[in-house]
Amino acid sequence: MTPRLLRWAAVPLSLALALSACAKGTGGAAAPTQAVKYSPEARLSGTLTVMGFGTDDEIATTRLDRAKAALGPQVEVKLVEGELDIQQFLSAVAAGSPPDLINPNRDQIGTFASRGAIIPLTACVEGEKIDTSMYREAAIKQVTFGGEIWAIPEFNQVQITMANADLLRRAGLTIQDVNGSRWESVTAAARRMHQAPGGKLKVIGYDSKLPEFLPLWAKANGADLISADGRTAQLNSPQVVQALEFAAGVYTEQGGFPKVKALRDAADFFGKGNQFARNELGAMPMEQWYLNVLNNVSPKAPMAFDTFRDRQGRPLAYSSGAAWAIPRGAKNPQAACRFAKAMTQVETWKAAAQARLAARTKENKAFTGVLTGNTRADEEIRKMVTSGGEPWDGGVKAVYEANANTFSLPANPADEEFKKAWQDAVNRVLNGQAEPKAALDQAQQVAQAALDKAWAAWARRTN
Amino acid sequence: MRGLTRSGRRAETRAALLFISPWIAGFLIFTFWPVVYSGYLSLTDYDVINDPAFVGLDNYRQMFEDPKAGLAFRNTLIFAAMSVPTQLVVSLGLALLLNAAARATGFFRTAFFLPKMTPPVAVGILLLMLFNGQNGLINTVLGLFGIQGPAWTTDPDWVKPGLVLMHLWTVGASVIIILAALRAVPQELYDSAMVDGAGWWRRTLRITVPMISPTLFFLFIVDSINALQSFTEAYTAFFGAGNTTYSNDAALFYVIYLFQQAFQFLHMGYASAMAWLLFVVIMIITAVQVLLTRRYVYYEGERP
Repeated sequence: MTPRLLRWAAVPLSLALALSACAKGTGGAAAPTQAVKYSPEARLSGTLTVMGFGTDDEIATTRLDRAKAALGPQVEVKLVEGELDIQQFLSAVAAGSPPDLINPNRDQIGTFASRGAIIPLTACVEGEKIDTSMYREAAIKQVTFGGEIWAIPEFNQVQITMANADLLRRAGLTIQDVNGSRWESVTAAARRMHQAPGGKLKVIGYDSKLPEFLPLWAKANGADLISADGRTAQLNSPQVVQALEFAAGVYTEQGGFPKVKALRDAADFFGKGNQFARNELGAMPMEQWYLNVLNNVSPKAPMAFDTFRDRQGRPLAYSSGAAWAIPRGAKNPQAACRFAKAMTQVETWKAAAQARLAARTKENKAFTGVLTGNTRADEEIRKMVTSGGEPWDGGVKAVYEANANTFSLPANPADEEFKKAWQDAVNRVLNGQAEPKAALDQAQQVAQAALDKAWAAWARRTN
Repeated sequence: MRGLTRSGRRAETRAALLFISPWIAGFLIFTFWPVVYSGYLSLTDYDVINDPAFVGLDNYRQMFEDPKAGLAFRNTLIFAAMSVPTQLVVSLGLALLLNAAARATGFFRTAFFLPKMTPPVAVGILLLMLFNGQNGLINTVLGLFGIQGPAWTTDPDWVKPGLVLMHLWTVGASVIIILAALRAVPQELYDSAMVDGAGWWRRTLRITVPMISPTLFFLFIVDSINALQSFTEAYTAFFGAGNTTYSNDAALFYVIYLFQQAFQFLHMGYASAMAWLLFVVIMIITAVQVLLTRRYVYYEGERP
């Protein structure tokens, strides 16, 4: 009996030993980093593994070629294509074999930075002499955390107002009625343009694009969802409550959100039968890439464009997009830094735009531009835009105007939970489970608790 | 076996163990170890990157105070209570029909099983289309009968019934299993019952159902566990891609919330604690079901 007992006793003992040996992270931000020397003159070698970047169009391939040239022949670039898989990335960091460079969304930077999954780029920016003044301010804000820059902004996305000119005209309205500058006009337009014969919604008058555009509506009403230092949630401020009441109220005017969503779900969003082409949607704020989709699949759709505007009538857009960040434990940070720099330089963007322009010209289509996180590159590319006739030229003009008037929310260590908190609130309102004020009060509590906890963890890690 | 010496038996055991050693190694590394390890993680604060910090039972305490965990748990129980009986009744009904159809059984058996091949993600998308409140097939058909169908995909009261009905899409596997059991019921029992003048209903209730009760019980347990762990269809339809920001509380199942905590919010410790609670709950429910079988399930070969 005794040997058997001993054997069984050994199991928990070895388990305990193994457990204590396992799950050793790579250390937080407080862990010492070896001094890496970055310099534009440094000759680079080795392998550079890039995760989350795909080469599916000429913009990507042109830029990749230029970045490879900047690295020199001694560096071999390996791509892990497709959208960045957070789980895959974080486990790789935890296991001590991370990629050298990642291409996440800018709103993920706070989460990664606060947990020590990526390294600050101060040394990289100084060493490689990257001129950060050329990057768009709103984009830089999204990747700044604890006073340091953690990522290099790449693309930029903005929203503009897109509308169906025929439906507007028939209702006796103009694009000014639906650009957001007068909320009562938007509500009235929704009421006048929507069509619901026999209670069945056939045409959406105005889609305020909730939940995702709450930050935009709040900003249009003069409020940010979070304080500038990223520490205090401001979800139940009177302006945000008012913005949600208005944007959700737009759906009420048209028979309620369920009907609008059902019609939205049934639409062929990316195809010829999209809602604008089929006269099923009056107007909505939407990201600029959709203009290219519409121009491609339904060039004859009766479109009208303007910027999205705040309540004072000024153009306004929420900036989002990807960025380049270097994981903690990257084997080749010098090459990663040079690559990130080369990918986002004015000349690189110009070359990529040139390639796109050539491809579009070959197809006999207009070049509608590319939005980057680099203001100077944007100015250069704008000069290359070709005319596609109205209404598309007006759309491109609106896009560039929006691009010059962007805002963003600051990086914070609880990005995901914060976002989920306000989205849950909006959804509870849309699903008829709560009133805007009550929903946002609850979201405020949840979000603030998550922020407090995450900032406290960050403080523990850095002290 | 009697002729074997002690050492011969040992040699045999060793050979057998050697043969199944790949499975044993796989089980220990990929199942047993992660399970044990998640037990340890459930007592820590762990974000995947940094070392787990031991927090004792904090995660479990937090779980009982977390209204969303409570909501997710209730949602899951309600869904299971609706879905499991529906699944059983429908699959039994279809199997009885198939059993009665003499010649075309083979064809229908395949036809019923085919939808099971649909990837669960596709089923989730299909749900959004079939149950679309405005243009969905279900509401269109209801409309033909003058019934105005509900907003299945947005109305919190109708989200779960929609998921239950959609779940029937994959009922084929259960139908096949029940059909096999039906084929094994001895014809004599029916013959003698018919001689005694028993009708179809009576034969079904008094002979068929008791005779196949072990199979029904097996399905009951498996379906219950599946329902308590359901994730993919609901996640795709109400939380996943294409619906990036719209979601519906009514479809927040326990495993979906667990997934959000683990992979979106990076609270691996908390998610591990949630997984363990679910494990315990499933164990309890299964134990209760097993106890009940002693009363209601008939096993051939046991004492009558």
